[in-house]
Amino acid sequence: MSIINLLKIAFRALKRNKLRAFLTMLGIIIGVAAVIAMMAIGEGSKQSIKSSLSGMGSNMITIMPQSNEPGGVRLQGSSIQTLKLEDITAIKKLQSKNINGLSPVVSTNGQAIKGGYNWPTTITGVSPDYLNIRQLKLQDGILFSENDVKSFAKVCLLGKTVIDNLFPDGSNPIGQIIRFKNIPFQVIGVLVPKGQSNFGQDQDDIIVAPYTTVQKRITATNYLQSIYASATTEASSAAATTEISEAIRESHRLTAAETDDFQVRTQAELISTISSTSSMLTVLLTAIAGISLFIGGIGIMNIMYVSVTERTREIGLRMSIGARGQDVLMQFLIEAILISITGGIIGVVLGISSAYLISYFLNWPILIAESSIIISFVVCAITGVFFGYYPAKKASNLDPIDALRYE
Amino acid sequence: MEQKILDIHDLKREFVMGDQTVRALKGITFDIKAGEFVTIMGSSGSGKTTLLNILGCLDKPTEGSYLLDGIDVKGLNRDELAGLRNTKIGFVFQAYNLLPRTSALENVELPLFYNKTITAEERKERAVKSLESVKLAERFDHTPSQLSGGQQQRVAIARALVNHPVMILADEATGNLDTRTSYEIMALMQELNAEGKTIVFVTHEPDIAAFSTRTIMLRDGKIQKDSINQNQRSAKEALASLPESDDY
Repeated sequence: MSIINLLKIAFRALKRNKLRAFLTMLGIIIGVAAVIAMMAIGEGSKQSIKSSLSGMGSNMITIMPQSNEPGGVRLQGSSIQTLKLEDITAIKKLQSKNINGLSPVVSTNGQAIKGGYNWPTTITGVSPDYLNIRQLKLQDGILFSENDVKSFAKVCLLGKTVIDNLFPDGSNPIGQIIRFKNIPFQVIGVLVPKGQSNFGQDQDDIIVAPYTTVQKRITATNYLQSIYASATTEASSAAATTEISEAIRESHRLTAAETDDFQVRTQAELISTISSTSSMLTVLLTAIAGISLFIGGIGIMNIMYVSVTERTREIGLRMSIGARGQDVLMQFLIEAILISITGGIIGVVLGISSAYLISYFLNWPILIAESSIIISFVVCAITGVFFGYYPAKKASNLDPIDALRYE
Repeated sequence: MEQKILDIHDLKREFVMGDQTVRALKGITFDIKAGEFVTIMGSSGSGKTTLLNILGCLDKPTEGSYLLDGIDVKGLNRDELAGLRNTKIGFVFQAYNLLPRTSALENVELPLFYNKTITAEERKERAVKSLESVKLAERFDHTPSQLSGGQQQRVAIARALVNHPVMILADEATGNLDTRTSYEIMALMQELNAEGKTIVFVTHEPDIAAFSTRTIMLRDGKIQKDSINQNQRSAKEALASLPESDDY
């Protein structure tokens, strides 16, 4: 018998019992919808944690000085003077595809003054790349250029906290002159507020200026407190770390026997810890939803069994007019698969829409992965075959003589 | 010589029940030629049903041979028997056995679904023709619950005709019907027989047997009597002779 005939027969049989077919489907519908909605929520929260981490600069690589003297007095990183501008040049020379941003950092604390107001803050001397690396954005004004760096220009960008304290009347700071440790700086840009960092630090209490200006006019030093770099992607940060280490070791002329006099750190570890926690959440939610899908499958099996018993005479009739055992088997199997796949489709639609409803009303982040749709669909089809086979087999093994006379 | 539709020789059927062997058929020999209208009669326990099952290729004989339209049934497996039922036999049951909540047309189409060589258009066309031949042309889309018993049985007969069988096998086909409707069905059967259909009708009512051309009486698993019906009664006339109104 052709597959089209089989489909027609199975479809007609289901049509004869619409309500029961729908109730059987319900288990699958709820199961699939739950799987998809749960996975959407789980994946969504994972993604949102990830993006809030990368807001701090997830691809950020920090290079800090470190003492490599065994024994002796160990000093705090910032007072070690091993990082130099030559290191920046050495890293730049690599022209690595894994690194897309590089900036020296020279910072110092001091009092910023504007008119009658003053505020203790930190000035950070950097190159223009720094904003990208730290995911800082300009709200207003312009960024200083490489030329400003070369010419020790006395320009700066201000964070919100500094502005609030130096311009409490709300006047536009751009173009104004402020003084930091008595050096006048012209304000050329305002940074977008970032709020507190994950560690409770005010990220807006900041003045950003060219590093050359800070080194020459304020600190009068030629070493760097640290170097910030950014990897092209999260995945390439490990490769970038290695390359940077090697470049600095070479520029510091360290022999193989000597340990590093600096340390290179990435954010990868933090990210992996947090995403593994939220992965666990996703797995847990999906497992619960999976159980409901399994119960839906048992529902199908149950109904198919009842259906086979109830339709014994029909089976007897079909056999007496020429249906072979395998025709009957296929009919019932296709009925089960039709139920589960139709239920699956409805479940996918329902799952996606309820995920959107949740994100709309509760403002939870969601992410619907295609894989979750494909997986639940495949599971549905397998459920249909698995739970439909046994009742179908039972139907196909009936003796037509007994089946015809079944009361 | 007329073509033999059924050729049965020394047919035996035994059932083993525990350590007892029940001999339902104890050696039956007869043949049926094309165009005959045979009733098989017998009281309960005479082996009537066992014989019917074997004739309908639902069961196989323990011993002896059964040739249906020249094909020996004995060597066939389950699937081959199903194929034979599909192409050679048209069943009519006492309880109609129509699919509920399914239109008359779809019910009649059913046997052709199991025949690969028939296309969808051909299937529909033949079902329509078949329903017309039992005078139900206006009830294609009625479901069994919307039809009377007699109409349901006529749908069942249309279903039996749709595969152009060599033989119609009716099992107490009038058993659930009142006298008038029974006669109507028998009139239909006689018409089909006149058109050349071979009919084997299993019944226990002598009344019904009178409409056939030949009667085979079974008793205790053996043929008691096999007689040609010299004065076949016309079901149409019998219908006409029934009192006009039998309301009570």
